[in-house]
Amino acid sequence: MKKILALLLAAVLVFSFAACNGSKEDPTTTGAGESTSAAPTDVDYSKVKVGLICLHDENSTYDNNFIQALKDTQTKLGLKDDQVLIKTNIPEDDKCLNAAQELADEGCNIIFADSFGHETYMMQAAKEFPEIQFCHATGTHAKTAELKNFHNAFAAIYEGRYLAGIAAGMKLNEMIKDGKIKADEAKIGYVGAFNYAEVVSGLTSFFLGARSVCESATMKVTYTNSWFDIALEREAALSLIKDGCVLISQHADSEGAPKACEEKKVPNVAYNIDTSSMGPNTALISSKINWSPYYELAITAVAKGEEFATDWCGTLATDSVQLTKLNEAVAAEGTQAALDEAIAKLEKGELKVFDTAAFTVDGKALDSYKADVIPDEKFEKDTEVIKDGSFCESDVEGMRSAPYFDIMYIDGISEK
Amino acid sequence: MSKKNESKVREPLFHIAKRTSMVWWKAWLIRGVAILASLVVCALIIVLLTKQNPLEVYASMFKGSFGTKRKVWILLQNMAILLCISLAVTPAFKMRFWNLGAEGQVLIGGLASAACMFYIGDRLPNLLLILIMFAASILGGIIWGVIPAYFKAKWNTNESLFTLMMNYIAIQLVSFAIMVWVPSGSSVMGVINSSTSAGWIPDLFGQKYLFNILVVAAVTALMFVYLKYSKHGYELSVVGESENTARYIGINVKKVIIRTMVLSGAVCGLAGFLLVSGTNHTISKTLAGGNGFTAIMVSWLAKFNPILMILTSFLIVFLQRGAGEIATNFRLNESVADILTGVIIFFIIGCEFFINYEIKSTRAKHKEGK
Repeated sequence: MKKILALLLAAVLVFSFAACNGSKEDPTTTGAGESTSAAPTDVDYSKVKVGLICLHDENSTYDNNFIQALKDTQTKLGLKDDQVLIKTNIPEDDKCLNAAQELADEGCNIIFADSFGHETYMMQAAKEFPEIQFCHATGTHAKTAELKNFHNAFAAIYEGRYLAGIAAGMKLNEMIKDGKIKADEAKIGYVGAFNYAEVVSGLTSFFLGARSVCESATMKVTYTNSWFDIALEREAALSLIKDGCVLISQHADSEGAPKACEEKKVPNVAYNIDTSSMGPNTALISSKINWSPYYELAITAVAKGEEFATDWCGTLATDSVQLTKLNEAVAAEGTQAALDEAIAKLEKGELKVFDTAAFTVDGKALDSYKADVIPDEKFEKDTEVIKDGSFCESDVEGMRSAPYFDIMYIDGISEK
Repeated sequence: MSKKNESKVREPLFHIAKRTSMVWWKAWLIRGVAILASLVVCALIIVLLTKQNPLEVYASMFKGSFGTKRKVWILLQNMAILLCISLAVTPAFKMRFWNLGAEGQVLIGGLASAACMFYIGDRLPNLLLILIMFAASILGGIIWGVIPAYFKAKWNTNESLFTLMMNYIAIQLVSFAIMVWVPSGSSVMGVINSSTSAGWIPDLFGQKYLFNILVVAAVTALMFVYLKYSKHGYELSVVGESENTARYIGINVKKVIIRTMVLSGAVCGLAGFLLVSGTNHTISKTLAGGNGFTAIMVSWLAKFNPILMILTSFLIVFLQRGAGEIATNFRLNESVADILTGVIIFFIIGCEFFINYEIKSTRAKHKEGK
């Protein structure tokens, strides 16, 4: 059933992209999908009014990902423009509370916010407007906040990162095979925003994906201390390349790193957008979170007057975790087949990204680890997360969707 | 030959002359016409770029500030903060000390408040805590303002560069503090003392922003009196006009520079306190939100008159709020709104030219000569 749903969603997505996004490149083309499916017809969406609060605007890949997905969902559910209000450039302070209040005044009955720092203000708004649903992406407090109308959501993006890592590892193998580099020179560079769990989880899963196919791979990480800084991300990528990194990936929201890679002819793996237009000769693939399934789930629940998950984690199966189209011009031969195989294994549960047999920390296997899952002012490491031989990341059953893998670092990764 | 040369000297049709004075109503008429003209140009841009009805766009802009009671309060709160920072930079500007460091002075003030909330928030009664935060913020702002002033007074360093660079140090200090206070590395402080509300200024008559607004109203009045009627105010404007004159009449220039920057920094620190304790209850690198620079425009547009600054800060905040509103209502990128704001401000600043200068036809002058 889940699979059918996923297929249906993917098809609808392709369809809606084609319908409303003709001018932009389609980031999700995985096959020409003709679809006749539409929104569930038995739901009346006419009374729904949706608000979205964004930290930046469309110029940030991160925010653009939220905005486009909401517009797609709007088209799919047949909402009118005045039923979907988007507020951009809302900083992570009292202005976020103001924005939420204003959206509530406008009659929104469900309000989303996209940035980690919006959370405490969204919670204040949730207290003020108990009849309105507040959904906060990437946040950590919903499970413990005791607010019925406050929700968190994220996606198991580490699976997407792992898959993108496989594509990167195959590329490294190709470079070794072609004699461009020696096996011990297979060094990946990673530009991170902050050394925060969300970033550390992403870079570790990416590395594990790469090393699952290229055993000699190592990784150097550098941080920009900013989510969006074109110049800093560019500089960070250039300095990693100068240090001998032969492939770059990043977790920061500008085009700084991919463009630097195109200049230096170094393969690049991106996040949240298809970068093949800015790097036709170097952009390999991107992993991305597709927020549409969550929007649809939450909005539909509100339209029906039903309750929905306090903390929701999208997966490959819900189509929340996606890969953009593999750039065949850059990718090594057989990459797509390897990806398909890994996707199938991940979906079946045969493959676990953070399998403790696949990595060591300080030379030792990890058989027990406590992570800071429940938010508190002391940042206490409160929950055992090693279960059945793997680090149990973003597992919502009793835990939370936002990543908490914060081990810096597993062997093979080091900081510049 | 000489005749030929004479005819070659081409005089421009117009020339510019400085006006000695202009009746007040004429000046305001020119400003009014400028705003109307800017709205016409904006309407053209709206139609050409977005194919929307400009009148609807203007109505929406107006709604953005006055649409609901809550929007009016938000407008007043944003105005209060911008006005407070504008008042802070004004005495320095009047002294021709180009304080471009308001952003950093506000940040340090805010950081001092946040540090008090973080470290001693659970140990003191709220009133005492707020008083300590108030003092700490003002002290922080003073330190950040006085350092460049001292260097200027002592070694005549360039204050524009100095104050500008102090901003970056302030930003990095805030980054550093957040890194220490939030070990998870998320770089987000979140609301401080959200369970106890320690260090939060309580609502006045149920209004969260009223305290800030009243404080800034008082500061506006005080600053007006200080600049216009006090000896200090007179001294700093003399220093601004000519340091030599100031020295000649026995004003201690160094002392005035430092004293004025103490004031400037203190009021910036106050703005930081209001932002942290009164409004946001958190600290971030973007606390001042560019207001430290916008304040320069507010101050200049009002010709350093604190009372007129109420008007100019209203204008800027009105445009900002309107910009956000049309971005949401018409699904325009905020850049479009920024273009409109730019056009309007361009006209408003540009029209000052016609108030200060007159354009005379050269021919008319010739006729007069004969």
